[in-house]
Amino acid sequence: MQKVLTGNQAVAWGVMRARAQVVSAYPITPQTSIIEELADLVSEGKLDASFIKVESEHSALAGCIGASLTGARSFTATSAQGLALMHELIHWAAGARLPIVLADVNRAMAPGWTIWTDQNDTLSQRDTGWLQFYCESNQEVLDTALQAFKIAETIKLPVMLVLDAFYLSHTAEAIDIPEAPEVDAFLPPYRADIKVDVDNPRAFGGMTGVDVYMEFRYMQQEAMNDALRVSAEVDREFAQHFGRSYGLIEPYRCEDAEAVIVTSGTVTSTARDVIDEWRDRGEAVGLLKIRTFRPFPIALVRDALRGIPKVGVIDRNICPGFGGIFAQEIKASMYDMEERFRPAIYGFIAGLGGRDITPKTITEILEKTLHPEKTERHLNWIELKA
Amino acid sequence: MSPHVPGQITYDLPECELMSSGHLACPGCGASLAMRIALKVFGPRTVLCIPACCWAVIDGPFPYSAAGVPVVHCAFETAAITATGVRHGLDVQGVQDVNVVAWAGDGGTMDIGFGALSAAAERNENILYVCYDNEAYMNTGVQRSSSTPIGAWTTTTPREHPKEEPKKNLVEILAAHRIPYAATATVAFPDDLRRKLEKAKATKGMRLIHIFSPCPPGHKSLESDSIKISRLAVETKVFPLYEVENGTRYTINHASKGVPVQEYVRLQGRFKHLKEQDLQLMQQRVDREWTFLMRKIELFS
Ligand SMILES: Cc1ncc(C[n+]2csc(CCOP(=O)(O)OP(=O)(O)O)c2C)c(N)n1
Ligand SMILES: [Mg+2]
Repeated sequence: MQKVLTGNQAVAWGVMRARAQVVSAYPITPQTSIIEELADLVSEGKLDASFIKVESEHSALAGCIGASLTGARSFTATSAQGLALMHELIHWAAGARLPIVLADVNRAMAPGWTIWTDQNDTLSQRDTGWLQFYCESNQEVLDTALQAFKIAETIKLPVMLVLDAFYLSHTAEAIDIPEAPEVDAFLPPYRADIKVDVDNPRAFGGMTGVDVYMEFRYMQQEAMNDALRVSAEVDREFAQHFGRSYGLIEPYRCEDAEAVIVTSGTVTSTARDVIDEWRDRGEAVGLLKIRTFRPFPIALVRDALRGIPKVGVIDRNICPGFGGIFAQEIKASMYDMEERFRPAIYGFIAGLGGRDITPKTITEILEKTLHPEKTERHLNWIELKA
Repeated sequence: MSPHVPGQITYDLPECELMSSGHLACPGCGASLAMRIALKVFGPRTVLCIPACCWAVIDGPFPYSAAGVPVVHCAFETAAITATGVRHGLDVQGVQDVNVVAWAGDGGTMDIGFGALSAAAERNENILYVCYDNEAYMNTGVQRSSSTPIGAWTTTTPREHPKEEPKKNLVEILAAHRIPYAATATVAFPDDLRRKLEKAKATKGMRLIHIFSPCPPGHKSLESDSIKISRLAVETKVFPLYEVENGTRYTINHASKGVPVQEYVRLQGRFKHLKEQDLQLMQQRVDREWTFLMRKIELFS
């Protein structure tokens, strides 16, 4: 079925097709229309779920944790301040190995108050043990929602589905919505092997001594390693069912490139156009889209950038005291590569707080990467006002 | 029914014993006795949601558990919403004969978890919320909570500056949410406690039982005095036993004898610094609150 949907509607329709059983959520701009749509779908009987209309994001995720522990497929959505408020439970959901799916509409953190996009809200949750997928289009949003439940339930880790505020959340495009029976074939009902069950009483999450805590974290890391393989497999399986796939990363026109820029989210689409233009002019430039941020696909990124002389990383985020977060991850991934294959990596901060990243912005970044005589190696602020 | 021995309380509790020995409660812990009685009434088709509090420790470390029913440990401020999530999760899977219980301390209930509790009450979630009230943060070593009584010593209200504010009134606040059932109880009145647990279990929607639970290390009292202190809390009218249905129908469950408050206070080192004049003020406050409650009972029984 083809339908014109905003990114937020695409999330809601994905959740409906995934037959989530419990939704627990609290409104915040620009996430709000996800839960309004879900409230409609539930009240119209199109989604047979229980919607807990909680009083805070903290409770939104706590509600999902309770429900998920019983074996119910659980979903929440939020943005920025809401995600930050959840932080304690973000750790809890991952540590408890619960396959909760959370959609975060990337919004910059206050102060000052802002509703526009950047990635600092989700990237601040980097070290919590959630998978993170950054989406480029509304189709990818819906498809990733379906993949997210399958991946989460396979490896028993929670998944964050990330979409840019407004560029995706409130922008409509025609997308293909897979039919329910096809989705059911791809994503069967969740069967938790360990769950709250009065016939088999267990305690969940009790005091954990120095003798075992570390082993729990080790198992979490093992599951994250597994997540790379599982995410790729699920993406392939998705392609078999629906004819679309995204990869964990996507190299675009990187063959024999002199310079490659690295993007995530909707910046990627703009960058594709710019790369096409430059390629048409005969310039050896390419693009690497990072879709999967956690687990970080280290080996794939190394393969994609190996031997590329110059790499520019666009970060719509800032880790104050260091620099761009994607740049940091990519540098760490490339560090021990043989020197002759290791690119020079330049970090660019752009588009914070929702400032547009236009073809002109990307052109400047490409130029600074290709001709780095005046480019700082570590941190370059693009279109910064004096 | 146990045989009546003069000077002993008699009570009639179900034989069923879910809680096992080996738990980590201190001797004389009111909260562990409260749980033992509660589980007898609730039976095996029960799920406990326990936030950070003494009971998070009492149940035992991984992989042990003394409760004998599923225990969902949860973040400090999330007892009500975790129980809500468990309830919805079970409901959507068609499991309806399970009693979902939030079991939290006074701090988790009246301070950090208060927003989530109020919200669950306002939505009339189908959960049973038990607050065992030892009147301070005992797990972290006796700091004040909003449930610490006026005049009491805690480590954050030292003797020179004991707590200046009266205890928050949980049942009144929950009654104001017009939930189906809210009641006070304490371990020295096991029949009353049993009846309230049964009633709460049989009621649908949001139910709250507020159990006053003596704590020897926190109250600086003798382990052997816990039951006596629990009984005196009621007989002095410091902690009246009553229940409120639908927020409007008040019933007093025990005609407190009106023993002087001093009898209750003198068994607890946390009140040792109080002067004669402080005790008089305390007595006046207790009498005033009792009159207030009696008026409500007259008007709304
Ligand atoms: C968010 C958070 N803040 C603080 C703590 C530390 N903490 C654990 S238990 C506790 C006090 C619990 O008091 P109460 O709810 O009265 O239960 P009690 O220990 O008295 O049984 C505190 C402050 C925590 N676990 N989580
Ligand atoms: Mg306490």
